[in-house]
This record gives sequence, structure tokens and C-alpha cells, in this order.
Amino acid sequence: MEGKVLNPILNVEDLCVYYGDQKALNNITMNFYENTVHAIMGPSGCGKSTLIRCFNRMHELTPNSKVEGKILLNGEDLLLIDPILVRRRIGMVFQRPNPFPTMTIYDNVIAGYKLNGIHLKKADADRIVEISLTKSALWGEVKDKLNKRGTFLSGGQQQRLCIARALAMDPDVLLLDEPTSALDPKATSHIEELIVELKNTVAIILVTHNIAQAGRVSEYTAFMYLGDLIEYGTTEKLFTVPQDKRTEEYLSGKFG
Amino acid sequence: MQNNDKNKKSVRLNILKDRIFFITIIGLSLITVVPLILILFYITKNGILFVSLDLFTKLPKATGELGGGIFNAIVGSLIIVSISAVIAIPVGILSGIYLSENQESRLGQFARVAVDVLQGVPSIILGIIAYVWIVLPSGGFSAISGSVALAMMMLPLIIKNTEETLKLIPYSVKEAAYSLGVPYYKVVLRVVLPAGLSGILTGVLVGIARIMGETAPLLFTSFGNPYTELNPFKPMETIPHIIFTYATSPYTDWQNIAWGASFILVAFVLFLNLIAKVVASKWKVKF
Repeated sequence: MEGKVLNPILNVEDLCVYYGDQKALNNITMNFYENTVHAIMGPSGCGKSTLIRCFNRMHELTPNSKVEGKILLNGEDLLLIDPILVRRRIGMVFQRPNPFPTMTIYDNVIAGYKLNGIHLKKADADRIVEISLTKSALWGEVKDKLNKRGTFLSGGQQQRLCIARALAMDPDVLLLDEPTSALDPKATSHIEELIVELKNTVAIILVTHNIAQAGRVSEYTAFMYLGDLIEYGTTEKLFTVPQDKRTEEYLSGKFG
Repeated sequence: MQNNDKNKKSVRLNILKDRIFFITIIGLSLITVVPLILILFYITKNGILFVSLDLFTKLPKATGELGGGIFNAIVGSLIIVSISAVIAIPVGILSGIYLSENQESRLGQFARVAVDVLQGVPSIILGIIAYVWIVLPSGGFSAISGSVALAMMMLPLIIKNTEETLKLIPYSVKEAAYSLGVPYYKVVLRVVLPAGLSGILTGVLVGIARIMGETAPLLFTSFGNPYTELNPFKPMETIPHIIFTYATSPYTDWQNIAWGASFILVAFVLFLNLIAKVVASKWKVKF
């Protein structure tokens, strides 16, 4: 880790989010880097999900939400780009696996192309499906049943299918919103191994309420509390010598 | 000791009450099935004898002549119901989508009440409306005016079914589509609608079955016609209407044809309902 030059890919500057009159995020400023796993942790309601939902403009689906500040993706303020284009460059995986129930495994992987009316040649589609499923460590398990419905898979497999679906669009950043909270321990460790491997292809921002998970997979960790970014730094430093008392208390299980 | 006895007694009493309650529920449920079985039995017994090839292929004969069929009525019913479906299906599905997507909006709440009220409007009133709207201005009875009346009957069924089905689709599925950069209209048309297809189709089939046998609104709209008519702007015969005229006639032969026609109608409605059940269970989408 030391000595490696990290290129920032996403810069958040002075970001504030309001839901109606309520302020959900207070002046967040932080950078995210290429080929790196970032974890954002904190107790429920601290604003960690709100934060990453801003990164692909999903916060706009909540009525009455308002955003101030800048989010720069490769230097370009993504709050000024069409949200549809932003979402194709920043993929997202949710708490509960949500494959499209009417689609086959194959179609689920290339759903981002199909639903957007982007035509793929059969050979290209085949290649994208194989590469994406290989990256999400699912290819071996499903290569013989690509024409089955995605919902026939187990929970952990479905979540890896959702990761493949996000990867198929070749995003710059992959947002993971508590991706293992609905999974059993075995499926969870599968996904964690996958996250570590995926950082070679894509920058990862992982929201988790699981402290140990943040410690296991991430290189950078942020701790948020009540809409504030309390502390952000290398995972090693944050876990061993936390600067803020609240971080220390959270890590030692005093709250959250 | 005495206390213990009391307890035992009350337990026994409760078990007895439980039994009575259970038997009552089963008994009453059976009673609801009895009328249906009786109707089916009676219609089949009286009608099946008069179902023949002639009934399907021949036109009604003039008064006094024996034989004849209801070909004109079968064709008329199919045309009128098809036109109703063409009117009601798109409007109904789109309204259903709107209601499920905008549950809190003022227009949504108003529309929902309107749909409930429309469902409660007696069919003869819908007939009068179609009469005033279309028959009077156009100067004569027509199949299309009957279709409009029946479409108004079909609408609430389709709207309600669509709304209820789409509401069951988890938000997370829509979220997945949004996160891939899919615009709203495509999320609705290509993710939400296919996931709710079985429920929507069920609504359509039940709606068709419902209006197939409707007679009252047709009395002063499509009226009736002794000949096969294909022009929807002309009066047309329908199965329920021919049953109405023939069953109330003094001629035994006509009454027999009415029985045959009743059997055909009931069989068709039953068939549609069965298909609706199959569609609902076979095409059900697992989330």
C-alpha cells in the first residue's frame, strides 16, 4: 500500500443533503481512489447510504431531496450530468439481491444494455456475459443454465448476479450498499473475497454496518455519525489509532 | 380441587365452542358453492340437448318455422366484446399503472374513488349513458354504443387488477433498473409491466367474462338484429340479448334455443375464468 500512487477518481466537495427541512449530510468532503476498496461505516441513520446514493443520483428518487456541493467524477461534476448517464458510469448493488424476475440469468447480466435499447451483437453479448460472470465469480456455477430465471439462484448467487449486472456496464465506480446484510455467513465471505479481487477492475465504495467486514476488505475506511464524516483514512490507521473519540467508541462496540 | 374442576369445565366448553364455530364456517362455505353447482347443473341439463352444429352455424328462423341457430348472435357478441376490450384494455392498464405509481397524489386518490364508484354503477345506467352519448346523436342503435357501455363496465376490473398487481412488485426491482441508467418510461414498460403481466392478463380475462353475459346495457344500444351484421355502426344481435328475447317468447322451439344459447354462454364464461386461473398461477413471477 505504501508507496503506491493513488489516482483520485471521485472527489466529494462540501456535500450537503436535505430531505425536506431535515439535513441528512453535513458538509462532506472526501476523495475516493482508483483500484481501491473504500468502506463507509457508522450506525443506522448516520447518512452512509444517503452519501453513496448521491454518487449515482439515486437520492433524487426520494421526494423533496436537495443537494448542495460538488461530486467530481474524473474532474467532472456529476451533479450537472444527466442522471441516466451518471448511473451508467457508476454501478450500484443493493442490500437485497434484486435480479429482474422476468429475465434469464443471461439477460439479467446484459440488462443494462437491453433495457436501454443498446443493441449488442450476439458475440459481444456472449463475451460481456462471460466476462462479467467470471469477474463476479459466478460463471462456473451458472454457465450451463444461463437460460434459467435469475430468481432461481440462491441469495448469495443472486447477489453475485447483481454484481455481474453492474460490472457488465463497465463502470468506473461500483457502489455496494450493505451487499451482504441479507446473506448467510458463507455467501458473505464469498462476496467479500470477490470485493477484494474486483478492485483491480473498478473502484469500490462499500457501505457496511459490519465493522469486521470493513476491516477485512477495505484499504480506506470512513466513519460517519449523524450526518457528519467523523474520520476518514487508511483502514489500518483508523482501526489501530482512531483520532476521534466517537470512532474509538464505535469500534469498541459502545454504540451502533 | 374445586378450582381445578372449574378449569376443566371451561376448557371443555371452549373446545365445544371451537367445534361449533368450525362446523358453522364449513357449512356456510358449502352453502355458497351450492347455488353455482345448481345453476351449472340446471343449465347443462336443459341446454346441452339443444346444442347442435345448427345452433352455431345457422341464422334464426322466422316465427313459426322450426330449427335455426344463433350464428348472428355469436358473431355479434364476439365483435362487441372485442371492441370493448380494445377500448378498455389500454385505458385500464395505463390508469392502473398511474394509480400504482402515484398512490399519494391527489389525482390518484380521486381517480381511485372514481373507479370504485364506476364499479358500483348499475349496468343499465351505463346503457342509458351510452344511449344518450351515442345512440341519440348518431340517430340509431349501433354495436359500437353497446361496446362503449360494456367498456365502461370492464374498465374498473382492469384498472383495479393492474393496480393491485403492480403494487406487489418490490421497489428494489425498480431501483435495480434505475441504477443501470434506465429512464422512467422504460422502467415502467420493460421492467414493471412484464413482471405484472399475469395479474394484468387475469384482470382482462375476468373483465371479458364479466361483460360477455351482460344484457341490460345492450337493450337500448346494440339492440338486436335477425341477420348477421359485421358493421359496428349498425344494430347487432348478441348472445345475452337473443336469450332474453327467445326465453320470454311463447314458442317452445325458441325457448329451447335460448337454453342452448345459455349453455354456450355459461360454458364460455366458465372457460375464460379457468384460463384466467391458469394464467395467474402459471405465469406468476417469483421475486
